[in-house]
Amino acid sequence: MSTAARQLEELIGREYRHGFYTTVETDRVPRGLSAETIRMISDKKNEPEFMLEWRLKAYHHWLTMTEPHWANVHYPLIDYQDIYYYSAPKSEKSGPRSLAEIDPELLRTYEKLGIPLKEQEILAGVAVDAVFDSVSVATTFKEKLAELGIIFCPFSEAVSQHPDLVKQYLGTVVPYTDNFFASLNAAVFSDGTFCYIPPGVRCPMELSTYFRINAKNTGQFERTLIIADEDAYVSYLEGCTAPMRDENQLHAAVVELIALKGARIKYATVQNWYPGDKEGKGGIYNFVTKRGDCRGDRSHISWTQVETGSAITWKYPSVILRGDDSRGEFYSVALTNHFQQADTGTKMIHIGRNTKSTVLSKGISAGHGQNSYRGLIKVLPSAENARNYTQCDSLLLGNQCGAHTFPYIEVKNPTAKVEHEASTSRIGEDQLFYCSQRAIAPEDAVSMIVSGFCKAVFQELPMEFAVEAQKLLGVSLEGGTG
Amino acid sequence: MLSVKNLHVTIDGKEILSGLDFDIKAGQVHAIMGPNGSGKSTLVQALAGREGYVVTDGSVRYLKHDLLKMTPEQRSREGLFLAFQYPVEIPGVSIAFFLRTALNAIRKQQGLPELDAIDFLGLVRARMRQLDMDESFLSRAVNEGFSGGEKKRNEILQMLILEPKLIILDEPDSGLDIDALRFVADSINKMRNPQRAIVLVTHYQRLLDYVVPDVVHVLSQGRIVKSGDAELARQLEKNGYGWIEAEVAARQVA
Repeated sequence: MSTAARQLEELIGREYRHGFYTTVETDRVPRGLSAETIRMISDKKNEPEFMLEWRLKAYHHWLTMTEPHWANVHYPLIDYQDIYYYSAPKSEKSGPRSLAEIDPELLRTYEKLGIPLKEQEILAGVAVDAVFDSVSVATTFKEKLAELGIIFCPFSEAVSQHPDLVKQYLGTVVPYTDNFFASLNAAVFSDGTFCYIPPGVRCPMELSTYFRINAKNTGQFERTLIIADEDAYVSYLEGCTAPMRDENQLHAAVVELIALKGARIKYATVQNWYPGDKEGKGGIYNFVTKRGDCRGDRSHISWTQVETGSAITWKYPSVILRGDDSRGEFYSVALTNHFQQADTGTKMIHIGRNTKSTVLSKGISAGHGQNSYRGLIKVLPSAENARNYTQCDSLLLGNQCGAHTFPYIEVKNPTAKVEHEASTSRIGEDQLFYCSQRAIAPEDAVSMIVSGFCKAVFQELPMEFAVEAQKLLGVSLEGGTG
Repeated sequence: MLSVKNLHVTIDGKEILSGLDFDIKAGQVHAIMGPNGSGKSTLVQALAGREGYVVTDGSVRYLKHDLLKMTPEQRSREGLFLAFQYPVEIPGVSIAFFLRTALNAIRKQQGLPELDAIDFLGLVRARMRQLDMDESFLSRAVNEGFSGGEKKRNEILQMLILEPKLIILDEPDSGLDIDALRFVADSINKMRNPQRAIVLVTHYQRLLDYVVPDVVHVLSQGRIVKSGDAELARQLEKNGYGWIEAEVAARQVA
């Protein structure tokens, strides 16, 4: 092997930084899934009858489904009876009402993760809802947002405090019958984030959720529902980590976004779940359904994702362009290293007239990583003058990794214009040498080249997240211990 | 400044440099000329430390250092600068960011504080005015979509900002029209000073009309076979390389 190739190997052979776990007493429902488990979860959360009914319908539907295997990923069969579907830090049973009530051990965990939970740190301007295993432990900035009529709270709280909104919108974008993992989520989801922005309100700060899977053998099934009422605006960030564990952990989340007339939702994810070790042992299975509905005219939804963790990623944040003149965007950076596998992309469904969608996907493969882009652009007969532009670029580091592209295009209206561009490149020895001749160390050169490759996507992230994402990519590729 | 003794370099097991000797002092400009395949590029790449250029014998002293023991980035941090004949593209990385990263790596080595974006911009703007370059250049991605002339300008700009001690220019005149050639030559002349050594590697004499070297070396079959003053370059222009190679062959027979 050449020195450059060996250097690359070393650079990409780093350790996961968020792999610690926290010792907190947990309250779990017994292992396995049954109608009884679902009743227990619903009961623990003091849910109204309609929620329990909805969960049970989802569960019975799920029983009729089979796990999908069309994605370009490979993993051993999941035993759904061997998972804990509910795990909560014990002290949280009654639910904290202020930061002072939160288990200091949990706060220390979030501190280690660099989340601005403490009031003084909140000056940074990010309102955080943190989900630890199955429950939401703290929601900051709630009062300030409430003055504007914005609701930003744990999902379970929304169910009890704002049942009408939940009833009106839950499952209207991703129905409980949607797909195997979405149905499973609907049956057992334990918490998540709820957000409602009233008409004409521009949310003055970035809203954020931080997810962490801590307990062993636990699945995390959170559900996020964001509604931007007419002419409202919200920018939302989601971050994720998990401890290092040898066994695989399942994460099957659902995110529903609803933008009414003239509303705009920006949703950004920096996903850094544990990707497994160098031999491909352990790591998170990230089987997530994310979908936005541009329900009103002139509404606008954009997804931006930076996917660096997970053993397996299976997610297609999509937009249904229902309203006339609505816009959907998908910006993605997906990095696979070691034995990680990613099958990710988007669906843009054009229904309204003059609808526009943009897809920009950057895949980076290193080690034995396998990276697939899978995208569907669908233009229905009603979508006069629909426009789509898709660009998919792949960057390969080393020669044992792979990049794949599966674009699907279905056009049923002759006025539509759909463009697709794709490219694959490799970090060259000549690029690395050029940088080192300019005094730049090889690890800095690699992250510089990778960041350059991802620049167009990072520009879509909020400022502080863009810096974070850039660092994360650097760490994901470097040999640094952090 | 730089002292190369009996340098042997192989690429893929094939010997390209076969006992090359070469010395340059601070304040001097040397030209290394030679026909295609004589080993000019190999010398340049080996001095910069490129992988795959295997030194099988000989030594290279650079200032107080054993050059051959240093990584490419250490050589650069100690003031060795190579202006590439074919600089590569780095998409998405702005020249400003690239150059500031490079400059700060060198400053760190010299024990100087890093320059922030604002101080850096001040420095670069001043240099760009000297070069009559447009500031919008800084926000372009490194060499991406550049014309041949723009790539050379980018190399020259970096040379001016990084203020190296030893400058090696690999065919800086290749593919340039007369205006661009003058620009490159003027920039090199501006860099001449008593603390700095400059090595021009070139196939043609025309650059040497504008940058007059102190010493001209002729490289043939992996060795320096003849050295002289600027007049030697003019002779080569007139008579080609053939007569020197004939001379060398005659010497070998004798």
